[in-house]
Amino acid sequence: MPSPVRDLLCGVNASAKPVLASTPLVTFVVNPVIAVSNLGKRYGRTVAVDDVSLEVLEGEIFGLIGPNGAGKTTTMECMEGDRIPDKGTISVLGLDPRRDANALRQRIGVQHQEAQLQKRIKVWEAVDLWRSLYPRVVDADTLLARLGLESKRNAWFMTLSGGQKQRLFIALALIHEPEVVFLDELTTGLDPQARRAIWTLVTGIRDRGTTVFLTTHLMEEAERLCDRVAIIEHGRIIELGTPDELVQKHCPERAVVFTSDDVNVTERLQGVGVVDRTEGNGGTYAIRGAGDDFVTDVINIIAREGIRVRGFRTEIPTLEDVFLKLTGHGIRD
Amino acid sequence: MQHRFLRGFWKLTWVETKVFTREPMGFVGTLVMPLVVFIALGRAFGAGKSVAAPQVDIPFNAAILAAVLIAISAVQSLVAIISIYREGGILKRLRATPLSPVTIMGAQVTVKLAFTVISLALLMLAGRRLFPGVMRVNLFSFTAAVILSTFSILSLGFVLASLVPTARFAQPIGAAVLYPMLALSGLFFPIDRLPRALRTLAYLLPTTHAVALLDGVWDGSGWGAHWVNAAVLLALFAAYTALSTKVFRWE
Repeated sequence: MPSPVRDLLCGVNASAKPVLASTPLVTFVVNPVIAVSNLGKRYGRTVAVDDVSLEVLEGEIFGLIGPNGAGKTTTMECMEGDRIPDKGTISVLGLDPRRDANALRQRIGVQHQEAQLQKRIKVWEAVDLWRSLYPRVVDADTLLARLGLESKRNAWFMTLSGGQKQRLFIALALIHEPEVVFLDELTTGLDPQARRAIWTLVTGIRDRGTTVFLTTHLMEEAERLCDRVAIIEHGRIIELGTPDELVQKHCPERAVVFTSDDVNVTERLQGVGVVDRTEGNGGTYAIRGAGDDFVTDVINIIAREGIRVRGFRTEIPTLEDVFLKLTGHGIRD
Repeated sequence: MQHRFLRGFWKLTWVETKVFTREPMGFVGTLVMPLVVFIALGRAFGAGKSVAAPQVDIPFNAAILAAVLIAISAVQSLVAIISIYREGGILKRLRATPLSPVTIMGAQVTVKLAFTVISLALLMLAGRRLFPGVMRVNLFSFTAAVILSTFSILSLGFVLASLVPTARFAQPIGAAVLYPMLALSGLFFPIDRLPRALRTLAYLLPTTHAVALLDGVWDGSGWGAHWVNAAVLLALFAAYTALSTKVFRWE
């Protein structure tokens, strides 16, 4: 399904007027699929979610990212209607997840963190059971084929690999063609290959027009998958935007690192940025600067000066650096 | 539009039945173990009350013991399944579908009752063949009494399932609660001989009334003479069910 909203957001539709996601116009055009304001939830004395407000737009992959215990799962469970918030309001597809839980369950798909099924249920039995629960469902075989599970139809759940289990849970979440899918720590514990396969599937879900809300503590995952992310810590959203925007805003510095045996390199590079020289096998030079054109500028100077370069690499900040800068600690601390 | 309870009910019940038969231990424990106990004890002490072996002065009815064992093993299995499902997030995942909570639990109870009936039927068949002459009980009436007893003990099982902390504790805690109940049930020695405190406790347990009712149905005095026991079983069922809806944990 083509989504004009997504085209607008991603700016990929050449025929569309160049409207940027940050212009106020969009907030009037796009109705948020999920709107959360001032959400709070505590368990006893522990504050799981302190104050969370966010909006998820139609057709995007929205990531809630943060360390374990930051309040990601609780926030998501309140949206799904599994938990009753202490304060704040939530609207998902125009419904109140608490009051309209039954109506909402027909229109959303969920995948829980570290979920299991009956050990000895067969893949097709699970799919068949789930299909019987919804009025409008997709074809079982087509869905299993799409998720690469057709050869596992008759396998018991307990015999599936971690990646296959997660793909089955994705299948169960998609069986009734939901409008929004919630994915909680989808690739935690998977090997890199299985993780990449899952990423492709999730992008595919979005490309078919379904809105995806996911949580992850993997910054690489967020960077690869998400159109927009919100960083949550201690139950509060501390930053929100596209991964690129956040990197530009908080970590605009980048570096070019190269090795050369030439003389007077530092002097010849004057004016492009801060140059650090490390002695050793010849010389290793790190030039630091900021902005989109920085790497190009360095390359141009190296070419102009005719510096002979033996090795060359760039250091571009990632979402992980943004996280580190905003929180003062790494995501896995 | 179909009633909300029925949406997915038969499918879930059927899936749970298949899953259960694939579990080697559960299957043996439910169908084979009570039958073995019945045949072994029936051989040793006599299948009916009246034919107690002369060397023991405690006559008891192996058929009734086996019937109560069937009910208890159903409850143990239910407690284990619920705790495993809770720990693995299966209950949570099922709850996130349009399945109603009552349907999810109703399917489990139905599977347990179905296996109780099958197990009881095997017991009766074995009894007719191995101990001819003593199994003259009204089958319909006896089965109904076993089902009522199972319902009542199952509802206690839901309370137990809420209390066990993890799946690993389900089996030992289930056994620690259920088997002593059997000892106090009046099956092995009369309740009158118990100290006062234990006697009071015995009357609050479903097994005691189950044994009394089954005993009555067995010796022919029937439901009329034991309506109090039947009523207490129903009342306990209502009380335990009400309690379990308060204390039950889905995750």
